[in-house]
Amino acid sequence: MRVIIILIVLSLYGNIVFSQNEKKSELPSIDIKTLTGETFNTSDIKNPEGPVFLSFWATWCKPCIKELIAVDENYEDWQDEFGLKVYAVSIDDVKSMNRVAPFVNGRAWDFEVLLDPNSDFKRAMNVINVPHSFILNENGEVIWQHNSYSPGDEDEIYKILKEITPEKED
Amino acid sequence: MNKFILTVLLFFPLFVLSQENQKDYGEFHGNFELNAQTYSADSLIEAESVDEIMRVNTYANFTYTKGNFSAGLRYEAYLNTLLGYDQRYNGQGIANRYVSYVSDDFEIAVGNYYEQFGNGLILRTYEDKTLGIDNSLDGIRLKYIPVKGVRLTGLIGKQKLYWDYGPGIVRGFDGEISLNETFKKLTDAKTRIIIGGSFVSKFQKNFDPVYNFPENVGAFSGRFNLSRNAFILSSEYAYKINDPSSDNGNIFKDGNALLINGSWSKKGIGILFSMLRLDNMSFRSDRAATINDLNINYLPAITKTHTYAFGAMYPFATQPNGQIGANIEFFCNFKRKSKLGGKYGMNVSVNYSQVNSIQKTEIIVNPNDEIPNLNGYTSNFFAIGKELFFRDFNIEIHKKVSKKLKIRAVYMYEDYNKLVIQGKYGMIHADIGILDFTYKFNSKNALRVENEILITGREPSGKKQDYGDWYMTTLEYTSSPHWFFAISDQYNYGNPDINRRVHYFIISGGYTKGANRIQINYGKQREGVTCVGGVCRTVPASNGFSLTITSTF
Repeated sequence: MRVIIILIVLSLYGNIVFSQNEKKSELPSIDIKTLTGETFNTSDIKNPEGPVFLSFWATWCKPCIKELIAVDENYEDWQDEFGLKVYAVSIDDVKSMNRVAPFVNGRAWDFEVLLDPNSDFKRAMNVINVPHSFILNENGEVIWQHNSYSPGDEDEIYKILKEITPEKED
Repeated sequence: MNKFILTVLLFFPLFVLSQENQKDYGEFHGNFELNAQTYSADSLIEAESVDEIMRVNTYANFTYTKGNFSAGLRYEAYLNTLLGYDQRYNGQGIANRYVSYVSDDFEIAVGNYYEQFGNGLILRTYEDKTLGIDNSLDGIRLKYIPVKGVRLTGLIGKQKLYWDYGPGIVRGFDGEISLNETFKKLTDAKTRIIIGGSFVSKFQKNFDPVYNFPENVGAFSGRFNLSRNAFILSSEYAYKINDPSSDNGNIFKDGNALLINGSWSKKGIGILFSMLRLDNMSFRSDRAATINDLNINYLPAITKTHTYAFGAMYPFATQPNGQIGANIEFFCNFKRKSKLGGKYGMNVSVNYSQVNSIQKTEIIVNPNDEIPNLNGYTSNFFAIGKELFFRDFNIEIHKKVSKKLKIRAVYMYEDYNKLVIQGKYGMIHADIGILDFTYKFNSKNALRVENEILITGREPSGKKQDYGDWYMTTLEYTSSPHWFFAISDQYNYGNPDINRRVHYFIISGGYTKGANRIQINYGKQREGVTCVGGVCRTVPASNGFSLTITSTF
């Protein structure tokens, strides 16, 4: 009973917050790591020049790699068109975390790659399983998220990027 | 008019305040996961039925953040828990709750928290729902940054054990310095160096009438991380004072662990090397705990994680009582429009890993000694034990043949000591081949065809090892961004027992919208082992429907 009351109160509170709050959600501030082991705070995931594509992945996750391959194939075009920046946050733990650097370089990916070895950032973003990706606008607000990957999802990503990018006056 | 201005002026602050309030409610997020399964008996695959007909595992997280403040809770319900999970999970309630405050240079967290010191060799609390693991500490954690680049963490707590707590108290301290951040001279240096150290101690009262078990057991470790250009080298050494437990047969020997990781990579090419030696390194907050209960530390399996069904048929699990192993992997990307790369490029990785026992010389206890030597054994640090636990050679090729067709091919050569790793059978050799095609009809629709074969070696009598040979085909049709349908058949055509040459047939479908997903499966699941990071859970054979719903909000 106590649990139910807490849940109801929390969900009501959530409703109030959602209904009253016009501001879109921002990334939490969590310390994770760069490929060289240095600390990186997730509130620094931003791109003043345009949107951010933030993907949670792992070296052992095949659909994640497919998604990142698809994004990589379009990355140059999307950088030109939208000023996009890609952050790939690996949730590989100690077992495979040192695989990430050679794996990423071995595939010649040009993303900002970060390590979340104890899933602190994953938990803070309420990600259940990978791949789970987010699109942030240039103010750092989360405006889209998606779980899983199927071939062709990159078209959906393109559509969203197009929607949020203001028309350039040529 | 004046009245009007006065009224506006009077109410203006209120108006602003309410606007401010609206902006300052903080953020409320969460997620939800439901796994339901029906169980029908099938004697041929040894699947059991359950009295409840259906069983459900559910998790829901709620997090609230406002400025520097955050709080959260997780509701869990196991009604009753799915087969293969520990039945002590049965029940429902709030399994995790915390409050924390973070400022620029310090952090206070109370309640349940997850923490990892260094590589986790002496402390890592984490949760993994697929493994049924949640060893979070419930207590207090403080973090402090006295100067830029220096991070100090102190914690104390009791470990979660299903709906209860373990009997021990865990205390720990960790310090880390990033030299390039701390010293201005080194800020832009190409060589990046991070040095760290930890100390963890557990307390458990001794009630044993015979043994004089130590009530306080300490462990410490030192580590470094060095990188320069394309090169990264990291290492950690951990040492644990005498810790007799049911894991090590109550011996008083100290334990130690050494982990070394090195990699060199630049665009298009990468090499990785890892090595791990463990000697008596199980570390739990209850000396009598078994299986995956109350682990304080985390000992990673350094072998490659395979996710294809047959690649994961014989997964290695870390042997905390003693193992020595190494892993080497090579990655290479052949560019587009090159000789080997073809029009769209090709990606190749080659991996070899081997894990053996450590050398052990048993100590015979002399009952006439005034102080008997209860260390159990001695071990030469540099010697490699004769017993093979695991060996894996594999090569993986990924190639885009045309705009529509992608192929992935894998070959694996494996030796698996099932007796040591799973406590049954003996040594198994397996050759595994995988061919995985993805054909894209158009920008939205794709078909994936996956073929796998596993062939085991033969016993001296000529009989096939373990369950013998397997063949599998999966057809998966996806319609982006919402739908997927799949059928899959695993056929144990080479089982030495002719009556058990069974088809494991599964049909599944799913719908995804944004961060919400629903999936339904129907069919037979073979008995197996699910492993993440060297920690494993056995999954029993099952037959029936399963439903999964996940949502992030």
